[in-house]
Amino acid sequence: MALNFKGRDIISISELTKPEMLHILKIARELKQKPQPKLLENKVMGSCFFEPSTRTRLSFETAMNRLGGKVVGFADPGVTSAKKGETLYDAIKIIGQYVDVVAMRHPIEGAARRASEATDKPILNGGDGANQHPTQTLLDLFTIQECQKKLEGLEIALVGDLKYGRTTHSLAQALVHFNAKLYFVAPDNLQMPEYICDELKAKKVKFSLHKKIEEVVNKVDILYMTRIQGERFADPMEYERVKNVFILKAKMLDKAKPNLRIMHPLPRVNEITTDVDATKHAYYFEQAENGLYVRQALLGLVLGKL
Amino acid sequence: MPQKTENSKQLLVTAIKDGTVIDHITAGHALKIIRLLNLADHNKLVTVGLNLPSKAMKFKDLIKVEDLELTPEQINRIAILAPDGTINIIKNYEVVKKFHVTLPDIIEYVVVCPNPKCITNNETMSSKFLTIKSKEEIKLRCHYCEKTFHQTEIKEYKHN
Repeated sequence: MALNFKGRDIISISELTKPEMLHILKIARELKQKPQPKLLENKVMGSCFFEPSTRTRLSFETAMNRLGGKVVGFADPGVTSAKKGETLYDAIKIIGQYVDVVAMRHPIEGAARRASEATDKPILNGGDGANQHPTQTLLDLFTIQECQKKLEGLEIALVGDLKYGRTTHSLAQALVHFNAKLYFVAPDNLQMPEYICDELKAKKVKFSLHKKIEEVVNKVDILYMTRIQGERFADPMEYERVKNVFILKAKMLDKAKPNLRIMHPLPRVNEITTDVDATKHAYYFEQAENGLYVRQALLGLVLGKL
Repeated sequence: MPQKTENSKQLLVTAIKDGTVIDHITAGHALKIIRLLNLADHNKLVTVGLNLPSKAMKFKDLIKVEDLELTPEQINRIAILAPDGTINIIKNYEVVKKFHVTLPDIIEYVVVCPNPKCITNNETMSSKFLTIKSKEEIKLRCHYCEKTFHQTEIKEYKHN
């Protein structure tokens, strides 16, 4: 097989081809079914979180531990020499001399790309500002494939803050490969950016814009919810007006397709009421768990052990 | 009359004996090129024409630099400011070489990324852009923050 991940950086979802994405998902599926607790024995992962994160950091670290590897790192740049003014380049160059692979998150856009220039060790981007978060997109694809038993030809609604949410941008871009029909549900000022819509049009992806969850909930296979943040609105009145429109409640799911599954990158605040958790449609906790297998797959692949 | 326009241009910008003429610069960009190439520190004659009438471009800028032959590397650096530019190398008042500027696929260093949250604006390092050429405009995609910008959004250029 021509797919070779050894030594490779995973920085941007746009750099992965469809066969590469499918290969990562396949490996993740195998690891979910059959754990490999000794695969990465004697390997060390640097866990470099220049910005706080709970799920991404813990799932990267757990993924490494579950494969038998070791983890060093930090969860707060305040404890590193970044505070003394050290450049990211220098920091990663040195950390790269200690470890075999680096998982990182950084508040500045392009930080992961810059880090990849500082070291030959593979960099796994766990989020660089508003830019990319490829492992999230891969775990989203994995989850869609798992709960729908396929990836091709699905009807998928993305709901909430579509303007600023990197998660929904990357997912929309990745779904270009899988012949999806997309519904973008958002307040006018938070709709999907024009450049993404242009990209989808150029690739002949079908999509439509909506203002209410009710317009799409009964026809989709996946409802991907995201949080709308009050600070995105210049006018607090406008926020008060829209915030309740984008809340999903269990009673809205009465006429949903039986196979509908609800996803959310988490953390949720109030955009999915807790009564939804008990329905068969809720799938966001499984989604969060899947991050573990996808990150295991990536660690095994870039370290050349899978 | 077009002929008359050409004549009046000749009068506006004096001829040079030896050196380089950068012609067909996008109007408004000549001064940026002067900064970019550090021509203000060039001790010989530099003449600049702004908003000269042009048949193909309506308006254009033009720079004449005496006793300096621009290197291909320097020409590449100014390509984003003069994508339709022509370079004339002058020897003894004659044009001895004439060629078109070609926009490189990758522009390094020169362009400052307009995204303040881009790593290139937060660490001492070169910028790097991929050029996306279409019929009517040029766009630049930052290699680091992955954002795409219209040329008109680029406000700053780095010089030495």
